[in-house]
Amino acid sequence: MRGRVAYAGAIHEATPEGDRVRLADGRVRNEHEVVWLTPFEPGTIFALGLNYAEHAKELQFSKQEEPLVFLKGPGSVIGHRGATRRPADVAFMHYECELAVVIGRTAQGVSRADAMQYVAGYTIANDYAIRDYLENYYRPNLRVKNRDGGTVLGPWFVDAADVPNVNALELRTYVNGELKQRGNTRDLVTGIAELIEYLSSFMTLAPGDVILTGTPDGIVNVNVGDEVTCEIDGLGRLVNTIASDAEFGRS
Amino acid sequence: MFALTDYLLHIEGEPLPRDVDAKTVRDLLASGIACRAPVTGAIYGTLLNDRYALDALDDALHEKPYLAPPRAPILYLKPRNTLAGHHARVAVPSADGVQIGASLGIVIGRTATRVTERNAFDYIAGYTLVADLCVPHSSVYRPSVRFRARDNFCVVGPIVAARRHVADPDQLQISIDVEGRPAFTANTSHSIRGVARLLTDVTDFMTLSAGDVITLGAPFNAPVVHAGEHATLCVGELPPLQITFVAPHAEQGAA
Repeated sequence: MRGRVAYAGAIHEATPEGDRVRLADGRVRNEHEVVWLTPFEPGTIFALGLNYAEHAKELQFSKQEEPLVFLKGPGSVIGHRGATRRPADVAFMHYECELAVVIGRTAQGVSRADAMQYVAGYTIANDYAIRDYLENYYRPNLRVKNRDGGTVLGPWFVDAADVPNVNALELRTYVNGELKQRGNTRDLVTGIAELIEYLSSFMTLAPGDVILTGTPDGIVNVNVGDEVTCEIDGLGRLVNTIASDAEFGRS
Repeated sequence: MFALTDYLLHIEGEPLPRDVDAKTVRDLLASGIACRAPVTGAIYGTLLNDRYALDALDDALHEKPYLAPPRAPILYLKPRNTLAGHHARVAVPSADGVQIGASLGIVIGRTATRVTERNAFDYIAGYTLVADLCVPHSSVYRPSVRFRARDNFCVVGPIVAARRHVADPDQLQISIDVEGRPAFTANTSHSIRGVARLLTDVTDFMTLSAGDVITLGAPFNAPVVHAGEHATLCVGELPPLQITFVAPHAEQGAA
């Protein structure tokens, strides 16, 4: 389990030390004393739409012919304890707690039987969306899904070897401490190995590429000031706060 | 920061890009060199930014599945595995061929967040030529990522020209020759959003960083090529970009 934090003018690798963090140089600090960066610098970011059966039903989608994959840019990514802006003119902005799978080896034409050998590890993703901006061209359009601060990753990168059964992890999202979303990776429509097989069948995956595997049902609107915590068994808790336009100098 | 003085190109086999004058670029390219993509940042493609493309959709814009004409710019990512350079050899996955979107690439020079139309050009380091390739597909509702994200499906270059070398990016002729014969022409002046307006509307919700590229958008009715064909793309006075299309499993990448 390791993270990346900024502290005292430099970027450090960090590991958990009880409820504090130990920097690689030996200093131990409180979680709030450091600035949390993403635990690794992501390469290509893939995200899955409607990859939990119940969530697909919630959004009234029928069975899919192939996984609904879209791509996200590096500019949308922030770390643990960051802030994500909620524009004042929107009615429905929601979190999406997701298991993020980090690729560890170049993958080309990989079979699902071998696919898990290409996984370096896992982290938690909170992939925000703003429904108000949804348009029906190249869905989900980037104004919904590639906003600054809209892809939260962390706090830790966890080695694949330290996750005994990735196909039975519970995901939970709390808004201001209240449980709102709950699901389990056993309910993925397209599993991790199949996703790696699918993607590597037409493109080359590289170390650092990350697959956000989709979110279960239980999405609700969040408002300015809300604290959103995404939790996955064995991976930790990823905290984010919803910020106002005013905080970003917008009136 | 992403800065250049004249013309930036990255010759295949060399460790770093070179920043050279126009004559050197001409001489190097005339010698037949292959290049890597001259950029390394994120690449965003822009869709339906050509008036003709929107006109062609006509009533369909108001019908299922689209329901309404687009409001914000429609963008997509070209991931890093798609990046290739001048003289790339690109595998054509099937008999459907590959569609060549020839677009002006806007190369960002410094962090661009909420830029105004008036100041937009201050954020541009230069321009390049992007061959935004895809497997032909008719629906723009929710197309599969496998149409646009294949290896070598974003050929960029040969060079980035410093901004001052392109007088008016909104008045550039675009042409594609296939097998030495003219196959397609267009002009950036047909864009719905010009360069400055596109940057304004995009950076309202997402930051573009130094070295990132955003295309002005592939023109409507882009030509389709097949394995065994060779294409030459031109945008304005930028040096032409050469691509060879090969059968699947043939050797890809640089020539």
